[in-house]
Amino acid sequence: MKNVLLICQKELKSYFASPIAYAVMAIFGLIFGWVFFNASRDFVRFSFQSQMTGGGGQMNVNEQIIRPLLGFAGTIALFLVPMITMRLFAEEKRMGTVELLLTSPVKDIEIILGKWLGAMLLYLCVLFMSMINIALLFAWGKPDLKPVLVAYLGLILQGGTLLAIGALISTMTKNQIIAGIATFFISLLLWLLSWFTAFDSSATAQVVNYLSIVTHFENFGKGVLDSKDVVFYISMIFFSLFLTSRSLESLRWRA
Amino acid sequence: MIKVEGLTKRYARTVAVDNISFEVEKGQIVGFLGPNGAGKTTTMRVLTCFLPPTAGSASVAGFDVLEHPLEVKKRIGYLPETPPLYPEMEVTEYLRFVGKLKGIPSGDIGRRVDDVLGRCAIGDVRNKLIGKLSKGYRQRVGLAQAIIHNPDVLVLDEPTSGLDPKQIIEIRELLKSLAGEHTIILSTHILSEVEHSCEHVIIINQGKLVAIDSVANLTNRLRGAEAVAVVVDSDGGRPNASDVQQRLEQVPGVSRVVMKDTRDSRLCFEVESLQGRQVRADVARSVVNAGWALNELRPVGLSLEDVFLQLTAAEQTEAQKVQEGASK
Repeated sequence: MKNVLLICQKELKSYFASPIAYAVMAIFGLIFGWVFFNASRDFVRFSFQSQMTGGGGQMNVNEQIIRPLLGFAGTIALFLVPMITMRLFAEEKRMGTVELLLTSPVKDIEIILGKWLGAMLLYLCVLFMSMINIALLFAWGKPDLKPVLVAYLGLILQGGTLLAIGALISTMTKNQIIAGIATFFISLLLWLLSWFTAFDSSATAQVVNYLSIVTHFENFGKGVLDSKDVVFYISMIFFSLFLTSRSLESLRWRA
Repeated sequence: MIKVEGLTKRYARTVAVDNISFEVEKGQIVGFLGPNGAGKTTTMRVLTCFLPPTAGSASVAGFDVLEHPLEVKKRIGYLPETPPLYPEMEVTEYLRFVGKLKGIPSGDIGRRVDDVLGRCAIGDVRNKLIGKLSKGYRQRVGLAQAIIHNPDVLVLDEPTSGLDPKQIIEIRELLKSLAGEHTIILSTHILSEVEHSCEHVIIINQGKLVAIDSVANLTNRLRGAEAVAVVVDSDGGRPNASDVQQRLEQVPGVSRVVMKDTRDSRLCFEVESLQGRQVRADVARSVVNAGWALNELRPVGLSLEDVFLQLTAAEQTEAQKVQEGASK
Protein backbone atom coordinates (compact mmCIF):
# COMPACT_ATOMS: atom_id res chain seq x y z
CA MET A 1 0.00 0.00 0.00
CA LYS A 2 2.90 2.32 0.83
CA ASN A 3 4.34 1.68 -2.61
CA VAL A 4 1.00 2.35 -4.30
CA LEU A 5 0.82 5.76 -2.63
CA LEU A 6 4.46 6.47 -3.46
CA ILE A 7 3.92 5.79 -7.16
CA CYS A 8 0.61 7.62 -7.15
CA GLN A 9 2.31 10.65 -5.61
CA LYS A 10 5.07 10.51 -8.22
CA GLU A 11 2.53 10.32 -11.06
CA LEU A 12 0.53 13.22 -9.71
CA LYS A 13 3.70 15.30 -9.34
CA SER A 14 4.76 14.62 -12.90
CA TYR A 15 1.28 15.52 -14.18
CA PHE A 16 1.53 18.87 -12.47
CA ALA A 17 5.20 19.32 -13.42
CA SER A 18 4.19 19.11 -17.08
CA PRO A 19 1.54 21.14 -18.91
CA ILE A 20 -0.77 18.10 -19.17
CA ALA A 21 -2.62 18.65 -15.91
CA TYR A 22 -3.17 22.35 -16.52
CA ALA A 23 -4.14 21.86 -20.15
CA VAL A 24 -6.66 19.15 -19.34
CA MET A 25 -8.19 21.14 -16.49
CA ALA A 26 -8.30 24.36 -18.51
CA ILE A 27 -9.91 22.74 -21.55
CA PHE A 28 -12.50 21.06 -19.40
CA GLY A 29 -13.15 24.18 -17.36
CA LEU A 30 -13.64 26.33 -20.45
CA ILE A 31 -15.97 23.99 -22.31
CA PHE A 32 -17.95 23.09 -19.24
CA GLY A 33 -18.21 26.71 -18.14
CA TRP A 34 -19.47 27.82 -21.53
CA VAL A 35 -22.09 25.08 -21.71
CA PHE A 36 -23.07 25.84 -18.12
CA PHE A 37 -23.52 29.50 -18.94
CA ASN A 38 -25.77 28.71 -21.92
CA ALA A 39 -27.82 26.18 -20.00
CA SER A 40 -28.43 28.52 -17.07
CA ARG A 41 -29.27 31.47 -19.33
CA ASP A 42 -31.82 29.41 -21.24
CA PHE A 43 -33.21 28.08 -17.99
CA VAL A 44 -33.69 31.60 -16.62
CA ARG A 45 -35.28 32.77 -19.88
CA PHE A 46 -37.74 29.86 -19.93
CA SER A 47 -38.65 30.36 -16.30
CA PHE A 48 -39.47 34.04 -16.99
CA GLN A 49 -41.59 33.04 -19.95
CA SER A 50 -43.49 30.40 -18.02
CA GLN A 51 -44.11 32.92 -15.21
CA MET A 52 -45.44 35.50 -17.64
CA THR A 53 -47.66 33.11 -19.56
CA GLY A 54 -48.70 31.50 -16.30
CA GLY A 55 -48.76 27.77 -15.74
CA GLY A 56 -46.69 26.00 -18.35
CA GLY A 57 -44.33 23.18 -17.43
CA GLN A 58 -42.78 22.64 -14.03
CA MET A 59 -39.29 24.12 -13.96
CA ASN A 60 -36.60 21.96 -12.28
CA VAL A 61 -32.90 22.86 -11.93
CA ASN A 62 -31.88 19.24 -11.46
CA GLU A 63 -33.69 18.01 -14.54
CA GLN A 64 -33.01 20.91 -16.83
CA ILE A 65 -29.50 22.04 -15.96
CA ILE A 66 -27.57 19.60 -13.82
CA ARG A 67 -28.54 16.36 -15.53
CA PRO A 68 -27.71 17.32 -19.13
CA LEU A 69 -24.61 19.17 -17.95
CA LEU A 70 -23.13 16.25 -16.09
CA GLY A 71 -23.97 13.93 -18.97
CA PHE A 72 -22.07 16.37 -21.14
CA ALA A 73 -19.16 16.35 -18.65
CA GLY A 74 -18.89 12.61 -19.28
CA THR A 75 -18.62 13.25 -23.00
CA ILE A 76 -15.80 15.76 -22.55
CA ALA A 77 -14.05 13.28 -20.28
CA LEU A 78 -14.02 10.85 -23.20
CA PHE A 79 -11.75 13.27 -25.03
CA LEU A 80 -9.63 14.13 -22.02
CA VAL A 81 -8.96 10.64 -20.64
CA PRO A 82 -6.60 9.64 -23.48
CA MET A 83 -4.56 12.78 -22.75
CA ILE A 84 -4.27 11.69 -19.14
CA THR A 85 -3.44 8.03 -19.67
CA MET A 86 -1.33 8.04 -22.81
CA ARG A 87 1.92 8.71 -20.96
CA LEU A 88 1.34 6.37 -18.00
CA PHE A 89 3.45 3.46 -19.24
CA ALA A 90 4.44 4.51 -22.77
CA GLU A 91 6.61 7.29 -21.37
CA GLU A 92 8.32 4.97 -18.88
CA LYS A 93 9.02 2.49 -21.64
CA ARG A 94 10.47 5.13 -23.90
CA MET A 95 12.64 6.69 -21.20
CA GLY A 96 13.80 3.29 -19.91
CA THR A 97 12.54 4.13 -16.44
CA VAL A 98 10.31 1.08 -16.60
CA GLU A 99 13.52 -0.84 -15.92
CA LEU A 100 13.86 1.01 -12.63
CA LEU A 101 10.28 0.24 -11.60
CA LEU A 102 10.42 -3.41 -12.61
CA THR A 103 13.76 -4.04 -10.87
CA SER A 104 12.68 -2.35 -7.63
CA PRO A 105 11.23 -4.41 -4.81
CA VAL A 106 7.70 -3.45 -5.79
CA LYS A 107 4.95 -5.71 -7.11
CA ASP A 108 3.63 -5.11 -10.62
CA ILE A 109 0.14 -4.63 -9.28
CA GLU A 110 1.37 -1.90 -6.92
CA ILE A 111 2.88 -0.03 -9.87
CA ILE A 112 -0.36 -0.34 -11.85
CA LEU A 113 -2.63 0.67 -8.97
CA GLY A 114 -0.36 3.58 -8.14
CA LYS A 115 -0.43 4.87 -11.67
CA TRP A 116 -4.15 4.37 -12.09
CA LEU A 117 -4.80 6.12 -8.78
CA GLY A 118 -2.59 9.02 -9.85
CA ALA A 119 -4.53 9.37 -13.10
CA MET A 120 -7.76 9.08 -11.10
CA LEU A 121 -6.77 11.95 -8.80
CA LEU A 122 -6.03 14.17 -11.80
CA TYR A 123 -9.43 13.21 -13.22
CA LEU A 124 -11.00 14.22 -9.90
CA CYS A 125 -9.23 17.57 -10.19
CA VAL A 126 -10.77 17.92 -13.64
CA LEU A 127 -14.23 17.08 -12.30
CA PHE A 128 -13.66 19.59 -9.52
CA MET A 129 -13.67 22.31 -12.18
CA SER A 130 -17.31 21.45 -12.91
CA MET A 131 -18.19 21.47 -9.21
CA ILE A 132 -17.40 25.18 -9.09
CA ASN A 133 -20.21 25.82 -11.59
CA ILE A 134 -22.60 23.41 -9.95
CA ALA A 135 -21.89 25.05 -6.59
CA LEU A 136 -23.16 28.35 -8.04
CA LEU A 137 -26.54 26.71 -8.60
CA PHE A 138 -26.61 25.70 -4.97
CA ALA A 139 -25.72 29.24 -3.95
CA TRP A 140 -28.61 30.84 -5.89
CA GLY A 141 -31.17 28.04 -6.11
CA LYS A 142 -32.33 24.98 -4.25
CA PRO A 143 -31.45 21.93 -6.35
CA ASP A 144 -31.64 18.44 -4.87
CA LEU A 145 -28.24 17.38 -3.57
CA LYS A 146 -28.64 13.60 -3.76
CA PRO A 147 -29.06 13.20 -7.54
CA VAL A 148 -26.02 15.45 -8.02
CA LEU A 149 -23.90 13.26 -5.77
CA VAL A 150 -25.09 10.11 -7.56
CA ALA A 151 -24.29 11.65 -10.94
CA TYR A 152 -20.79 12.53 -9.73
CA LEU A 153 -20.32 8.98 -8.47
CA GLY A 154 -21.32 7.84 -11.96
CA LEU A 155 -18.81 10.20 -13.54
CA ILE A 156 -16.07 8.96 -11.25
CA LEU A 157 -16.83 5.31 -12.01
CA GLN A 158 -17.11 5.97 -15.74
CA GLY A 159 -13.83 7.91 -15.70
CA GLY A 160 -12.15 5.17 -13.69
CA THR A 161 -13.17 2.64 -16.32
CA LEU A 162 -11.85 4.73 -19.19
CA LEU A 163 -8.63 5.44 -17.26
CA ALA A 164 -8.10 1.73 -16.64
CA ILE A 165 -8.60 1.00 -20.34
CA GLY A 166 -6.19 3.83 -21.17
CA ALA A 167 -3.60 2.43 -18.75
CA LEU A 168 -3.90 -0.96 -20.44
CA ILE A 169 -3.33 0.51 -23.89
CA SER A 170 -0.42 2.58 -22.64
CA THR A 171 1.46 -0.59 -21.64
CA MET A 172 1.28 -1.84 -25.21
CA THR A 173 3.37 0.81 -26.95
CA LYS A 174 6.37 3.05 -26.47
CA ASN A 175 4.68 5.82 -28.40
CA GLN A 176 2.46 8.15 -26.39
CA ILE A 177 0.62 9.45 -29.43
CA ILE A 178 -0.35 5.96 -30.54
CA ALA A 179 -1.44 5.13 -27.00
CA GLY A 180 -3.56 8.30 -26.89
CA ILE A 181 -5.21 7.76 -30.26
CA ALA A 182 -5.91 4.07 -29.62
CA THR A 183 -7.40 4.89 -26.23
CA PHE A 184 -9.60 7.55 -27.76
CA PHE A 185 -10.97 5.27 -30.46
CA ILE A 186 -11.57 2.36 -28.14
CA SER A 187 -13.37 4.63 -25.67
CA LEU A 188 -15.37 6.07 -28.55
CA LEU A 189 -16.29 2.57 -29.69
CA LEU A 190 -17.44 1.61 -26.20
CA TRP A 191 -19.43 4.84 -26.19
CA LEU A 192 -21.09 4.29 -29.55
CA LEU A 193 -21.98 0.65 -28.98
CA SER A 194 -25.36 1.77 -27.69
CA TRP A 195 -26.06 3.65 -30.95
CA PHE A 196 -25.46 0.62 -33.11
CA THR A 197 -27.97 -1.41 -31.17
CA ALA A 198 -30.55 1.26 -30.40
CA PHE A 199 -33.32 -0.29 -32.52
CA ASP A 200 -32.30 -3.91 -32.15
CA SER A 201 -33.71 -6.20 -29.48
CA SER A 202 -31.89 -9.44 -30.27
CA ALA A 203 -29.78 -11.15 -27.56
CA THR A 204 -26.49 -10.12 -29.18
CA ALA A 205 -27.64 -6.55 -29.38
CA GLN A 206 -28.47 -6.58 -25.71
CA VAL A 207 -25.03 -7.91 -24.81
CA VAL A 208 -23.38 -5.29 -27.00
CA ASN A 209 -25.61 -2.65 -25.51
CA TYR A 210 -24.65 -3.79 -22.02
CA LEU A 211 -20.99 -3.21 -22.85
CA SER A 212 -21.60 0.37 -23.85
CA ILE A 213 -20.21 2.69 -21.25
CA VAL A 214 -22.82 5.38 -21.80
CA THR A 215 -25.91 3.26 -21.16
CA HIS A 216 -24.69 2.58 -17.65
CA PHE A 217 -24.31 6.26 -16.98
CA GLU A 218 -27.92 7.04 -17.83
CA ASN A 219 -29.24 5.82 -14.49
CA PHE A 220 -26.59 7.73 -12.55
CA GLY A 221 -27.54 10.83 -14.52
CA LYS A 222 -31.14 10.47 -13.40
CA GLY A 223 -29.95 10.16 -9.81
CA VAL A 224 -30.74 6.46 -9.68
CA LEU A 225 -28.10 4.35 -7.98
CA ASP A 226 -28.45 0.89 -9.54
CA SER A 227 -26.10 -1.83 -8.28
CA LYS A 228 -26.11 -3.30 -11.80
CA ASP A 229 -24.34 -0.23 -13.16
CA VAL A 230 -21.93 0.03 -10.23
CA VAL A 231 -21.02 -3.62 -10.72
CA PHE A 232 -20.49 -3.03 -14.43
CA TYR A 233 -18.05 -0.18 -13.91
CA ILE A 234 -16.17 -1.81 -11.08
CA SER A 235 -15.82 -5.08 -12.94
CA MET A 236 -14.64 -3.21 -16.04
CA ILE A 237 -12.01 -1.45 -13.92
CA PHE A 238 -10.81 -4.71 -12.37
CA PHE A 239 -10.77 -6.48 -15.72
CA SER A 240 -8.79 -3.73 -17.43
CA LEU A 241 -6.28 -3.44 -14.59
CA PHE A 242 -5.90 -7.21 -14.59
CA LEU A 243 -5.15 -7.14 -18.32
CA THR A 244 -2.72 -4.31 -17.65
CA SER A 245 -0.80 -6.48 -15.19
CA ARG A 246 -0.71 -9.29 -17.76
CA SER A 247 0.50 -6.89 -20.40
CA LEU A 248 3.18 -5.53 -18.08
CA GLU A 249 4.31 -9.05 -17.33
CA SER A 250 4.49 -9.90 -21.01
CA LEU A 251 6.88 -6.98 -21.32
CA ARG A 252 9.34 -9.02 -19.28
CA TRP A 253 9.00 -12.03 -21.53
CA ARG A 254 9.23 -10.11 -24.78
CA ALA A 255 11.38 -7.11 -23.84
CA MET B 1 27.02 -14.10 -3.86
CA ILE B 2 25.89 -14.51 -7.44
CA LYS B 3 25.42 -17.92 -8.90
CA VAL B 4 24.42 -18.52 -12.49
CA GLU B 5 23.91 -22.03 -13.76
CA GLY B 6 23.19 -23.06 -17.33
CA LEU B 7 21.52 -19.72 -17.99
CA THR B 8 19.87 -19.51 -21.39
CA LYS B 9 17.74 -16.67 -22.71
CA ARG B 10 15.99 -17.01 -26.01
CA TYR B 11 14.12 -14.22 -27.76
CA ALA B 12 11.66 -14.90 -30.54
CA ARG B 13 14.28 -15.68 -33.16
CA THR B 14 17.64 -15.36 -31.49
CA VAL B 15 19.47 -16.95 -28.61
CA ALA B 16 20.87 -14.04 -26.64
CA VAL B 17 22.54 -16.03 -23.90
CA ASP B 18 23.45 -19.66 -24.34
CA ASN B 19 24.09 -21.91 -21.37
CA ILE B 20 26.26 -19.63 -19.26
CA SER B 21 27.46 -20.63 -15.82
CA PHE B 22 29.57 -18.60 -13.42
CA GLU B 23 29.88 -17.64 -9.82
CA VAL B 24 30.88 -14.41 -8.18
CA GLU B 25 32.18 -14.29 -4.62
CA LYS B 26 31.19 -11.64 -2.13
CA GLY B 27 33.16 -8.41 -2.41
CA GLN B 28 34.56 -9.04 -5.86
CA ILE B 29 34.48 -6.62 -8.76
CA VAL B 30 33.82 -8.59 -11.88
CA GLY B 31 34.08 -7.23 -15.39
CA PHE B 32 31.65 -8.54 -17.91
CA LEU B 33 33.31 -8.25 -21.23
CA GLY B 34 32.11 -8.86 -24.73
CA PRO B 35 31.55 -7.21 -28.07
CA ASN B 36 28.23 -5.47 -28.73
CA GLY B 37 25.36 -7.89 -28.83
CA ALA B 38 27.24 -10.56 -26.89
CA GLY B 39 24.50 -10.95 -24.30
CA LYS B 40 25.93 -8.83 -21.50
CA THR B 41 22.83 -6.72 -21.01
CA THR B 42 20.54 -9.73 -21.24
CA THR B 43 22.49 -11.56 -18.53
CA MET B 44 22.33 -8.49 -16.32
CA ARG B 45 18.61 -8.14 -16.89
CA VAL B 46 18.10 -11.71 -15.80
CA LEU B 47 20.15 -11.10 -12.65
CA THR B 48 18.07 -8.03 -11.81
CA CYS B 49 14.78 -9.89 -12.36
CA PHE B 50 13.82 -7.70 -15.29
CA LEU B 51 13.78 -10.68 -17.65
CA PRO B 52 13.06 -14.26 -16.67
CA PRO B 53 15.52 -16.87 -17.95
CA THR B 54 14.37 -19.30 -20.64
CA ALA B 55 16.35 -22.11 -19.04
CA GLY B 56 18.81 -22.51 -16.21
CA SER B 57 18.85 -20.59 -12.99
CA ALA B 58 20.37 -17.53 -11.44
CA SER B 59 20.48 -16.64 -7.80
CA VAL B 60 21.62 -13.62 -5.85
CA ALA B 61 22.55 -13.95 -2.17
CA GLY B 62 20.95 -17.38 -2.19
CA PHE B 63 17.61 -16.19 -3.58
CA ASP B 64 16.49 -17.48 -6.95
CA VAL B 65 15.46 -14.78 -9.42
CA LEU B 66 12.30 -16.62 -10.40
CA GLU B 67 11.16 -17.83 -7.00
CA HIS B 68 12.00 -14.85 -4.79
CA PRO B 69 12.26 -11.85 -7.11
CA LEU B 70 11.37 -9.35 -4.37
CA GLU B 71 14.18 -10.60 -2.11
CA VAL B 72 16.63 -10.42 -5.01
CA LYS B 73 15.49 -6.93 -6.01
CA LYS B 74 15.98 -5.66 -2.44
CA ARG B 75 19.62 -6.73 -2.58
CA ILE B 76 20.47 -5.42 -6.02
CA GLY B 77 21.31 -1.97 -7.26
CA TYR B 78 21.03 -1.71 -11.00
CA LEU B 79 22.23 0.92 -13.42
CA PRO B 80 20.89 0.10 -16.90
CA GLU B 81 22.63 1.22 -20.04
CA THR B 82 20.50 4.35 -20.21
CA PRO B 83 20.14 5.65 -16.66
CA PRO B 84 16.45 5.43 -15.66
CA LEU B 85 15.84 9.07 -14.85
CA TYR B 86 12.72 11.23 -14.75
CA PRO B 87 13.64 14.49 -16.49
CA GLU B 88 10.89 16.45 -14.76
CA MET B 89 12.25 15.70 -11.27
CA GLU B 90 14.96 17.42 -9.30
CA VAL B 91 17.98 15.34 -8.34
CA THR B 92 17.20 15.06 -4.64
CA GLU B 93 13.51 14.54 -5.31
CA TYR B 94 14.38 11.69 -7.67
CA LEU B 95 16.79 10.09 -5.22
CA ARG B 96 14.21 10.30 -2.43
CA PHE B 97 11.66 8.65 -4.69
CA VAL B 98 14.02 5.81 -5.64
CA GLY B 99 15.09 5.43 -2.02
CA LYS B 100 11.49 4.98 -0.89
CA LEU B 101 10.84 2.67 -3.82
CA LYS B 102 13.77 0.51 -2.71
CA GLY B 103 12.27 0.32 0.77
CA ILE B 104 14.49 2.65 2.78
CA PRO B 105 12.60 3.70 5.95
CA SER B 106 11.54 7.34 5.66
CA GLY B 107 13.64 8.34 8.69
CA ASP B 108 16.86 7.28 6.94
CA ILE B 109 16.10 8.73 3.51
CA GLY B 110 17.63 12.16 4.06
CA ARG B 111 20.87 10.71 5.39
CA ARG B 112 21.15 8.19 2.53
CA VAL B 113 20.46 10.85 -0.11
CA ASP B 114 23.15 13.13 1.33
CA ASP B 115 25.55 10.20 1.44
CA VAL B 116 25.13 9.26 -2.24
CA LEU B 117 25.13 12.90 -3.33
CA GLY B 118 28.59 13.15 -1.80
CA ARG B 119 29.83 9.82 -3.02
CA CYS B 120 28.84 10.44 -6.63
CA ALA B 121 29.94 14.10 -6.50
CA ILE B 122 26.57 15.45 -7.56
CA GLY B 123 25.95 17.69 -4.55
CA ASP B 124 26.36 20.80 -6.69
CA VAL B 125 23.38 19.87 -8.89
CA ARG B 126 21.13 18.58 -6.11
CA ASN B 127 18.37 21.09 -6.82
CA LYS B 128 18.55 21.01 -10.60
CA LEU B 129 16.05 19.34 -12.87
CA ILE B 130 17.43 16.07 -14.17
CA GLY B 131 16.33 17.03 -17.68
CA LYS B 132 18.78 19.94 -17.58
CA LEU B 133 21.81 17.86 -16.59
CA SER B 134 24.66 16.90 -18.89
CA LYS B 135 25.29 13.28 -19.82
CA GLY B 136 28.06 12.86 -17.27
CA TYR B 137 25.92 14.14 -14.43
CA ARG B 138 23.01 11.98 -15.51
CA GLN B 139 25.25 8.94 -15.48
CA ARG B 140 26.33 9.79 -11.96
CA VAL B 141 22.78 10.37 -10.79
CA GLY B 142 22.04 6.94 -12.27
CA LEU B 143 24.87 5.48 -10.23
CA ALA B 144 23.66 7.28 -7.11
CA GLN B 145 20.25 5.72 -7.70
CA ALA B 146 21.83 2.26 -7.86
CA ILE B 147 23.71 2.54 -4.57
CA ILE B 148 21.18 4.50 -2.54
CA HIS B 149 19.82 1.50 -0.65
CA ASN B 150 23.30 0.13 0.04
CA PRO B 151 22.70 -3.08 -1.92
CA ASP B 152 24.81 -6.20 -1.52
CA VAL B 153 25.16 -6.52 -5.26
CA LEU B 154 25.67 -3.77 -7.80
CA VAL B 155 24.92 -4.46 -11.43
CA LEU B 156 26.22 -1.72 -13.69
CA ASP B 157 25.68 -1.77 -17.42
CA GLU B 158 28.45 0.28 -19.02
CA PRO B 159 28.79 2.69 -16.10
CA THR B 160 31.44 4.88 -17.69
CA SER B 161 29.88 5.39 -21.12
CA GLY B 162 29.56 9.05 -22.02
CA LEU B 163 31.86 10.31 -19.30
CA ASP B 164 34.97 12.36 -19.81
CA PRO B 165 38.34 10.89 -18.76
CA LYS B 166 38.38 12.69 -15.43
CA GLN B 167 34.91 11.49 -14.58
CA ILE B 168 35.86 7.96 -15.64
CA ILE B 169 38.71 7.99 -13.14
CA GLU B 170 36.35 9.30 -10.46
CA ILE B 171 33.86 6.53 -11.17
CA ARG B 172 36.65 3.93 -11.05
CA GLU B 173 37.71 5.22 -7.68
CA LEU B 174 34.14 5.22 -6.48
CA LEU B 175 33.75 1.61 -7.59
CA LYS B 176 36.94 0.64 -5.81
CA SER B 177 35.71 2.28 -2.62
CA LEU B 178 32.44 0.37 -2.94
CA ALA B 179 34.14 -3.00 -3.43
CA GLY B 180 34.64 -5.12 -0.38
CA GLU B 181 31.23 -4.53 1.18
CA HIS B 182 29.49 -4.70 -2.19
CA THR B 183 29.79 -7.25 -4.94
CA ILE B 184 29.98 -5.48 -8.27
CA ILE B 185 29.35 -6.71 -11.78
CA LEU B 186 30.03 -4.20 -14.48
CA SER B 187 29.73 -4.70 -18.17
CA THR B 188 31.79 -2.97 -20.76
CA HIS B 189 33.26 -3.42 -24.16
CA ILE B 190 36.22 -1.23 -23.28
CA LEU B 191 39.04 -3.46 -22.15
CA SER B 192 41.13 -0.92 -20.31
CA GLU B 193 38.07 -0.39 -18.15
CA VAL B 194 38.29 -3.98 -16.96
CA GLU B 195 42.05 -3.81 -16.48
CA HIS B 196 41.60 -0.79 -14.24
CA SER B 197 38.63 -1.62 -12.11
CA CYS B 198 38.09 -5.35 -12.00
CA GLU B 199 39.70 -8.26 -10.26
CA HIS B 200 37.95 -10.87 -12.31
CA VAL B 201 36.75 -10.92 -15.84
CA ILE B 202 34.06 -12.90 -17.58
CA ILE B 203 34.31 -12.81 -21.34
CA ILE B 204 31.28 -13.71 -23.38
CA ASN B 205 30.77 -13.70 -27.10
CA GLN B 206 27.63 -14.42 -29.08
CA GLY B 207 25.89 -15.54 -25.93
CA LYS B 208 28.54 -18.08 -25.00
CA LEU B 209 31.01 -18.00 -22.16
CA VAL B 210 34.56 -17.69 -23.50
CA ALA B 211 36.69 -17.23 -20.42
CA ILE B 212 36.52 -16.64 -16.70
CA ASP B 213 39.74 -15.71 -15.02
CA SER B 214 41.33 -13.08 -12.87
CA VAL B 215 42.47 -10.04 -14.81
CA ALA B 216 46.00 -10.56 -13.51
CA ASN B 217 46.13 -14.07 -14.94
CA LEU B 218 44.72 -13.08 -18.27
CA THR B 219 47.06 -10.18 -18.80
CA ASN B 220 50.11 -11.80 -17.23
CA ARG B 221 49.69 -14.65 -19.57
CA LEU B 222 50.94 -12.32 -22.26
CA ARG B 223 51.70 -8.93 -20.81
CA GLY B 224 55.41 -8.19 -20.61
CA ALA B 225 56.24 -11.28 -22.56
CA GLU B 226 57.14 -10.92 -26.19
CA ALA B 227 55.26 -12.57 -28.97
CA VAL B 228 56.87 -13.01 -32.35
CA ALA B 229 55.37 -14.20 -35.57
CA VAL B 230 57.86 -16.41 -37.41
CA VAL B 231 57.36 -17.50 -41.01
CA VAL B 232 59.68 -20.11 -42.48
CA ASP B 233 59.64 -21.10 -46.15
CA SER B 234 59.02 -24.74 -46.74
CA ASP B 235 59.86 -26.25 -50.08
CA GLY B 236 58.17 -29.55 -50.82
CA GLY B 237 57.66 -30.48 -47.20
CA ARG B 238 61.19 -29.53 -46.16
CA PRO B 239 61.71 -28.49 -43.47
CA ASN B 240 58.77 -30.15 -41.94
CA ALA B 241 56.61 -28.32 -39.46
CA SER B 242 57.32 -30.39 -36.37
CA ASP B 243 61.09 -30.06 -36.90
CA VAL B 244 60.80 -26.31 -36.99
CA GLN B 245 58.53 -26.24 -33.98
CA GLN B 246 60.96 -28.40 -31.99
CA ARG B 247 63.89 -26.21 -32.89
CA LEU B 248 62.03 -23.04 -31.99
CA GLU B 249 61.03 -24.49 -28.68
CA GLN B 250 64.68 -25.14 -27.85
CA VAL B 251 65.59 -21.48 -28.23
CA PRO B 252 66.38 -20.17 -24.72
CA GLY B 253 63.71 -17.90 -23.28
CA VAL B 254 60.86 -19.25 -25.40
CA SER B 255 57.84 -20.32 -23.39
CA ARG B 256 55.48 -21.49 -26.06
CA VAL B 257 55.40 -22.08 -29.79
CA VAL B 258 52.07 -22.16 -31.52
CA MET B 259 51.65 -23.47 -35.03
CA LYS B 260 49.45 -20.96 -36.84
CA ASP B 261 49.21 -21.74 -40.48
CA THR B 262 50.86 -23.81 -43.22
CA ARG B 263 49.52 -22.27 -46.39
CA ASP B 264 51.46 -21.59 -49.58
CA SER B 265 54.42 -23.69 -48.53
CA ARG B 266 54.97 -21.40 -45.62
CA LEU B 267 55.09 -22.41 -42.02
CA CYS B 268 53.76 -19.75 -39.69
CA PHE B 269 54.41 -19.91 -35.98
CA GLU B 270 53.79 -17.66 -33.07
CA VAL B 271 56.56 -17.72 -30.52
CA GLU B 272 55.92 -16.40 -27.02
CA SER B 273 58.77 -15.55 -24.75
CA LEU B 274 59.06 -15.87 -20.99
CA GLN B 275 58.44 -12.72 -18.96
CA GLY B 276 60.86 -9.97 -19.84
CA ARG B 277 62.95 -11.95 -22.31
CA GLN B 278 63.87 -10.72 -25.77
CA VAL B 279 64.05 -13.70 -28.09
CA ARG B 280 63.82 -12.27 -31.56
CA ALA B 281 67.56 -12.36 -32.30
CA ASP B 282 67.93 -15.89 -30.93
CA VAL B 283 64.98 -17.13 -32.91
CA ALA B 284 66.33 -15.66 -36.12
CA ARG B 285 69.77 -17.11 -35.50
CA SER B 286 68.36 -20.49 -34.73
CA VAL B 287 66.31 -20.65 -37.92
CA VAL B 288 69.12 -19.40 -40.14
CA ASN B 289 71.69 -21.73 -38.56
CA ALA B 290 69.48 -24.67 -39.40
CA GLY B 291 69.73 -23.65 -43.05
CA TRP B 292 66.06 -22.73 -43.40
CA ALA B 293 64.78 -19.68 -45.20
CA LEU B 294 63.44 -17.17 -42.69
CA ASN B 295 60.72 -15.35 -44.60
CA GLU B 296 59.35 -13.11 -41.92
CA LEU B 297 59.95 -12.20 -38.33
CA ARG B 298 57.80 -9.60 -36.69
CA PRO B 299 56.71 -8.74 -33.19
CA VAL B 300 53.06 -9.21 -32.36
CA GLY B 301 51.60 -6.79 -29.85
CA LEU B 302 49.74 -8.55 -27.10
CA SER B 303 47.34 -7.02 -24.68
CA LEU B 304 44.08 -7.87 -23.10
CA GLU B 305 42.65 -6.74 -26.38
CA ASP B 306 44.43 -9.59 -28.18
CA VAL B 307 43.51 -12.09 -25.54
CA PHE B 308 39.97 -11.03 -25.99
CA LEU B 309 40.09 -11.22 -29.76
CA GLN B 310 41.91 -14.54 -29.68
CA LEU B 311 39.47 -16.03 -27.26
CA THR B 312 36.42 -14.84 -29.12
CA ALA B 313 37.87 -15.84 -32.49
CA ALA B 314 38.84 -19.30 -31.25
CA GLU B 315 35.36 -19.74 -29.95
CA GLN B 316 33.95 -18.87 -33.35
CA THR B 317 36.13 -21.27 -35.32
CA GLU B 318 35.31 -24.05 -32.89
CA ALA B 319 31.66 -23.34 -33.27
CA GLN B 320 32.06 -23.40 -37.03
CA LYS B 321 33.81 -26.75 -36.86
CA VAL B 322 31.03 -28.16 -34.75
CA GLN B 323 28.49 -26.85 -37.21
CA GLU B 324 30.35 -28.25 -40.17
CA GLY B 325 30.68 -31.60 -38.39
CA ALA B 326 26.97 -31.60 -37.68
CA SER B 327 26.07 -30.76 -41.27
CA LYS B 328 28.20 -33.67 -42.52
